Amino acid sequence: MIAATNGALVLFALAGAITVVRLWRGPSLADRMVALDTLLFIGAGALGTYVVRTGETAFVPVIVVIAIVAFVGTLVVARTIENDVS
Amino acid sequence: MKIRSSHFLETGSRTIVPTLLVVSVFLLVVGHNAPGGGFVGGLLAGSGLLVVFLTGGGRAVEDLLPVRPATLIGSGIALAMTTALGGLAFGGSLLSSGKLDIDLGWVGKLEVGSALIFDSGVYLVVTGLVATVLLRLGDTEGARR
Repeated sequence: MIAATNGALVLFALAGAITVVRLWRGPSLADRMVALDTLLFIGAGALGTYVVRTGETAFVPVIVVIAIVAFVGTLVVARTIENDVS
Repeated sequence: MKIRSSHFLETGSRTIVPTLLVVSVFLLVVGHNAPGGGFVGGLLAGSGLLVVFLTGGGRAVEDLLPVRPATLIGSGIALAMTTALGGLAFGGSLLSSGKLDIDLGWVGKLEVGSALIFDSGVYLVVTGLVATVLLRLGDTEGARR
């Protein structure tokens, strides 16, 4: 189990690095927002892996909060983009 | 900021806003010995208000809140101050806390600390602050005050 979670954490780190590249280069605001959203969910996944690895359940509510906050953040930026266009 | 109505957003916010408020109260209650607390809970309730604001504008936020945001902030500070002075009144120093163990039979034991009341005050202050920010800075049209 430890080896599997180690591999998963490495993959999460790789995914995060790739996502940061998209965040850096993203031509439009929407690209950056999708990258930020993905980054948050990668964080949630990594946190879940950490919970599985250590058996410590203190961080489970944090995953819920990350999911909700990511939704709200996307919503706000989507509204902003909409107002810029119209 | 012009608020255009969107059916997806209205339907989605009808489920996400109660979820946000319940999770925020959960964070407030567990905050004493787990991640969470009054500040985080208040911020989460504030993001619930933000979803309401994005859906229906400042009018919807005012309709959702039972009292004015300033009343929320004031009562929160009063609650926190009362808890702080309560430590003084029961023979301790300022801000000292006590806790009450309630035996609920087969349900288990409930441990209620006076820090929870203090945290409730912080929760009210933060929620009222976010509501004030939304109503004063966010809404340029249709605000009643």
